[in-house]
Amino acid sequence: MVAQTMSAAREEILGRVRAIPRAPSGPIPRSYRRAGTLSARERLALFHERVSDYRADVRLIEPGEIARTLESVCAERGARRLAIPPGLPAEWRPRGLELVQDDGLDPAALDALDGVITGCTTAIAETGTIVLSSAPADGRRALTLVPDLHICVVGETQIVELVPEAILLLHDVAVDRRPITFVSGPSATSDIELSRVEGVHGPRTLVVLVAKETT
Amino acid sequence: MRAPAESFPAAARRELANVQLRTNLRKATDTIRDKRARVVGEMPDWEDLRDAGRAIKADLLAHLDDYLLQFEEAVQAAGGHVHWARDAAEANAVVADVARSHGADEVVKMKSLTTDEIELNDALAEHGICATETDFAELILQLDGDWSSHILVPAIHRNRTEIRDLFARTIAPGIVSDDPRDLAEAARLYLREKFLAARVGVSGANFGVAETGTICIVESEGNGRMCTTLPRVLVTVLGIEKLVPTFADLEVFLQLLPRSSTGERMNPYTSLWTGATEGQELHVVLLDNGRTRVLADDVGRQALHCIRCSACLNVCPVYSRTGGHAYGSVYPGPIGAILTPQLVGIENAASLPFASSLCGACYEVCPVKIDIPSVLLHLRTRAVSARAGRAERAGMGLVAWMFSGRRRFGAAQRLARLAQPFALRLGPLAAWTRTRDLKPMPKETFGEWWRKR
Repeated sequence: MVAQTMSAAREEILGRVRAIPRAPSGPIPRSYRRAGTLSARERLALFHERVSDYRADVRLIEPGEIARTLESVCAERGARRLAIPPGLPAEWRPRGLELVQDDGLDPAALDALDGVITGCTTAIAETGTIVLSSAPADGRRALTLVPDLHICVVGETQIVELVPEAILLLHDVAVDRRPITFVSGPSATSDIELSRVEGVHGPRTLVVLVAKETT
Repeated sequence: MRAPAESFPAAARRELANVQLRTNLRKATDTIRDKRARVVGEMPDWEDLRDAGRAIKADLLAHLDDYLLQFEEAVQAAGGHVHWARDAAEANAVVADVARSHGADEVVKMKSLTTDEIELNDALAEHGICATETDFAELILQLDGDWSSHILVPAIHRNRTEIRDLFARTIAPGIVSDDPRDLAEAARLYLREKFLAARVGVSGANFGVAETGTICIVESEGNGRMCTTLPRVLVTVLGIEKLVPTFADLEVFLQLLPRSSTGERMNPYTSLWTGATEGQELHVVLLDNGRTRVLADDVGRQALHCIRCSACLNVCPVYSRTGGHAYGSVYPGPIGAILTPQLVGIENAASLPFASSLCGACYEVCPVKIDIPSVLLHLRTRAVSARAGRAERAGMGLVAWMFSGRRRFGAAQRLARLAQPFALRLGPLAAWTRTRDLKPMPKETFGEWWRKR
């Protein structure tokens, strides 16, 4: 019965659309910027500036310092038990912390953790955005959502300048049906008298560690 | 969709008397407008993006049937279920069926104008299902039985002490502080329990990609991520105009929307998922509810390009004084003035196309270049012709007859000179001169002067 109504609705909506004469439509003008022009150094500086604008904690570090920096960030913030996705590189994992590997932790278990450490798939300099796509080092969606502290490690070469460059990279991810999350600063609301409050439901603290390329 | 309960002038007169509303609204619209101008100003290719946005939506609407079928196939191929709904009742029935079949008497919901439009929460309540709004402002309105006054900041007409008192009565007994930080914390604690326990989530959508079946939502708080990620079952209600043809088209809208809406370079969270994800069950409801009627009007259909950014509200001299309630619809402001009458039928919202000074600021800021003033004029024509036999039409007919003959026109000019002292000052036409000066008629017309030479 429901299925019948449904297909009737489908046919009727399509019929209504088809009864309308088609408007002429031409090619889409894509004269906006689709490729960046900045040097690697400028791109890094722009990313740093734009992520900082969201009141996130951004630090530029040497690639060999990742584990040590993670340890000191957690110490500063009093975080001891942190979730990690299964694919987090071994050399990133700090020794002095209790790391809980996510093998399908339930939401309540995630809620009980102090934070989460992940990598990312790409990052956008112009908008100060990190992009997660359920890659092995990114983790699944809930992992970077429920804990209150998110520390994300970004490799300098992962940063692109513009949104269209990131979308181009992500096309295949969408075709593979992996979920994608753009994160631009910590969770925020301005719903009361327009005064901004960082942190409502997502992580209230976002730390971005940018690992420089060794030269 | 429900038609406005009263005419715009009547509702506006009442709303204008609310001083708190006007103060809060002025502050909000000014602040967001300035932020938008700043982040739009730093984009060298903003106009190119607008042109692309408009062209993409025009292409979508020109081939909507093909794109709908492509989207349906892609979602199904990715393990999602697709439902079609001609109207609000059919859409609501799908959501209720899904919730019931999973034995859920509670669903968590992210902010969605589309589900407000179909009055989903009331419909679910009739089935004994409680829908909890999880957007901070929407939660405030739901707890107080109030409704939205702004697309982006729905509770902007409420002050912090009112909200503190409301929370003390409802979700946070004993709360003393009215600091927004503490109020947000109270909402976080209350809703976290709901999120962790929820079995069914309900969302709207900002975009659906026909090419890949991907659904995209943009938000700030993270409640959207909670609603779409944690429950095992997700129902997404999507107006048929929310599609974009290709994944690459997102590169245009993900730049246009946040800068136009909150005045940020990017909103905190944008989520994209394709079909049934991470073991979830996904239901997508494709909603018509008057949209094909809008599509049939070749001038008015551009209202369907709208990506719900609310930039037109913040620059509108009418909206920034009356606020959203005066429009009597979930779609307020300039975009509401052209969308609502088309969705509910012009005869049911005939005053809305007149709720504008036609200054054109809305067109200038629209990220997808909807020519709102032209559509307003078009709808005014339709509103007037819908009221057949009125004095206004008779008067216009008389003027047309008078202007169409040279001798008649000359006689009318002479008559106007004689009638000048009392014309438009008596009867119903006096309303015109009450607040305006009537330009004096020249002592001699050009034609009279020419003949004398």
